[in-house]
Amino acid sequence: MERTLTRYIRALRSAGAGVSTTEAMDAARTVEVVGWEDRRVLKTALGTVLAKSVEEKAIHEQLFELYFSREAAAAAASEGQPGEGGDPDSGRPGEGEAGTDPQSGDAEGDEGGDPVEALSALARGENPGKMAMALERAGAAAGVDEIRFATQSGYYVRKMMEQMGVEALEARLMEALGRRDAQGQADAEALMGDRSALQKQTRAFVEARFEIYGRSAQDAFMNEILAERSFGALGRSDTARMRALVERMAKRLAVRHARRRKVRDRGRLDVRRTLRANAGHDGVPFDIIWKIKRKDRPKIVAVCDVSGSVAQYVRFLLLFLHALKEKVTDLETFAFSAHLADVGRPLETLPFETAMRAIVDEVGSGGTDYGAAFLELDRDFGEVIDRRTTVLILGDGRSNYSNPRLDVFKQIADQAKRLVWLCPEPAPNWGSGDSCLLEYRPFCTLLTQCSTVIDLERALDEILMAYD
Amino acid sequence: MTDVVTGAAKSVETPEGLASVEAVLSMLAQSGYIATPEIATAVYLAHHLRKPVLIEGPAGVGKTDLARSVALGLDQPLIRMQCYEGLDESKALYEWKYGKQLLYTQILKDKIGHLVEDADSLDEALHKLNGFQDIFFSRDFLEPRPLLKAMEQSTGSVLLIDEIDKSDEEFEALLLEVLSDYQVTVPEIGTIAAQVPPLVVLTSNATRELGDALKRRCLHLHIDFPDAELEARIVRTRVPGISDRLLERLVAFIQAVRGENIRKLPSISETIDWARTLILLHADSLEPAMVRSTLNVILKRQSDIAEVSGKVEALLDSGDKAGR
Repeated sequence: MERTLTRYIRALRSAGAGVSTTEAMDAARTVEVVGWEDRRVLKTALGTVLAKSVEEKAIHEQLFELYFSREAAAAAASEGQPGEGGDPDSGRPGEGEAGTDPQSGDAEGDEGGDPVEALSALARGENPGKMAMALERAGAAAGVDEIRFATQSGYYVRKMMEQMGVEALEARLMEALGRRDAQGQADAEALMGDRSALQKQTRAFVEARFEIYGRSAQDAFMNEILAERSFGALGRSDTARMRALVERMAKRLAVRHARRRKVRDRGRLDVRRTLRANAGHDGVPFDIIWKIKRKDRPKIVAVCDVSGSVAQYVRFLLLFLHALKEKVTDLETFAFSAHLADVGRPLETLPFETAMRAIVDEVGSGGTDYGAAFLELDRDFGEVIDRRTTVLILGDGRSNYSNPRLDVFKQIADQAKRLVWLCPEPAPNWGSGDSCLLEYRPFCTLLTQCSTVIDLERALDEILMAYD
Repeated sequence: MTDVVTGAAKSVETPEGLASVEAVLSMLAQSGYIATPEIATAVYLAHHLRKPVLIEGPAGVGKTDLARSVALGLDQPLIRMQCYEGLDESKALYEWKYGKQLLYTQILKDKIGHLVEDADSLDEALHKLNGFQDIFFSRDFLEPRPLLKAMEQSTGSVLLIDEIDKSDEEFEALLLEVLSDYQVTVPEIGTIAAQVPPLVVLTSNATRELGDALKRRCLHLHIDFPDAELEARIVRTRVPGISDRLLERLVAFIQAVRGENIRKLPSISETIDWARTLILLHADSLEPAMVRSTLNVILKRQSDIAEVSGKVEALLDSGDKAGR
């Protein structure tokens, strides 16, 4: 039974719930206290010990049912065979050894009958308990728990069937087909039926295992791919997954920056102030003054180009920023295309997709004009930018050959703590055609390409770092 | 360290109320707390695994009340520590009684002449005084704060560490020793181990992410808003005078409101307050006008009240439908 628990913990881990060794030990003690008998009690008890957040609880909830319904089936199967216990791994009868031998390993040795007959009988479902046992054994031998992708299931199904001795059955099938008489045809049909029944059950078994061990690994893999894909190349179907991914990254980032260092740069002498303070003592430093660095709370003013060419990128920036709310409480968002508008309110009150549509409607399509947008920002909302503000601009800098208004841009840059420009285009394209990026560049603290969610995370990490 | 081992090894008899999950349920019910199986299981395990329980969930769902009810049910003292920013060990663990130490120093000053009178050399005088040095840092001068107090209860206790998310991360680290070994180390005296490990309950409103180390040491319990049936049972226990008809409609309405897009969802404590309010106003059914005028009992934000008051009729209807 201990194995069962260890394997369940392994399944939890592969599903993304971090279970430490201490917790695994606690789980073992929990089982000692509550016992295996009552599944409902066991489930809630393990839930309190192993799952330490709402997300982990959801994983546990789902996985427990998947895992222990299988476990229960295996236990029921073993009941017919005394002295085995409920553990599918050690669940081999004492006399039957060498589970890897396809011929004798699973053909019920104790019955002494024909192995093919026995396998057919199993496939026909004459003894579901024995079938479950046989599947467990073949699964363990084939290493089905290593499954990571749905596409691997065909391979594992075949491997398991071979473990159970399907080759002998197939040989007999071929032989029956070759006989070309009525009896042979009937035999062949029966064997074919058994074979497909066996395949069906094996497939169901493999798919259940995939749900337990593989699904989350596949998810993680897909997330990894998605994280490196350009926002512009995202399909509609990726959006939901992407949103979940962004939310997780934002949470991680918030935690990383949550630790506000209390100990300010101590140990650095402020020479200037010390000298001045001690001028009265003839320059003898009685009062020593240390440099103190005040930590600002992050304040971000995001200015986003929402014209057609960049809209997709903006979505994820805004999503990310709003997911960061826990850390960045002071956030102002502006969107512009033909003109500029404060979009903080719609983003906060409306569901995200509706808000995005409303925003694009409000600032209008038509030619993007960066110069006009900066002018409006400075004129109408100039007071939101102060010396602890990071101004974050997302746009391609393609201003349709209008006046870039560098004077206004310089003023904004001077007013702000830092000015970060994220551009979806790769660096070689900067300054080509109607792009004024290179003209804006000297005033930016940081100008970087940002086309994937990883770029985005890195950029925001960098921005928050300035406040740590 | 020896006293630590004996302290921890002392076996504790299981109180009757903690004998099984069912026993916990009925014990809590007797102290007026209607618990879900999850809650009861967590309390049961907390005693048997001797681990603290960390309770998370929205405000007002009965996190703090659970600790109070457990203490009441077990007839053990409840030692409560409210966390806040800047809480430190002198307020949580122990403090030296400075005033008393000072007073004793004054007395000693008068006596010191007698003591060192017959000493010939400074060395000898120092040697004589050495014997008295430690009295100022002994148990007599130690002011126990909640954590140490909980360790010292010989009958066992329920230690409630409320709103741990409000405290600083440094304090979390301080708790680790207390929570995993049930002991407090006072450098001048040594390690004080709990006579009977207290049942520790920590609550958090998740205003910040708690450290992994702390979470790993605790059992985790998430209490969410209850479903209609459970909520009705809870309100009935807390507000016995309520009529069935009103209770049913009230709970259905609250459940419907929780489905709305509002900032601060009403929790059980608000439901109970509202039930009491309605009884005071002699309402025996929910009328839209009455609901509107008392919305401020269940909703605590002006924007939420504005949002809901426009939909009162619709919510009452949908609540009724769900109730049936």
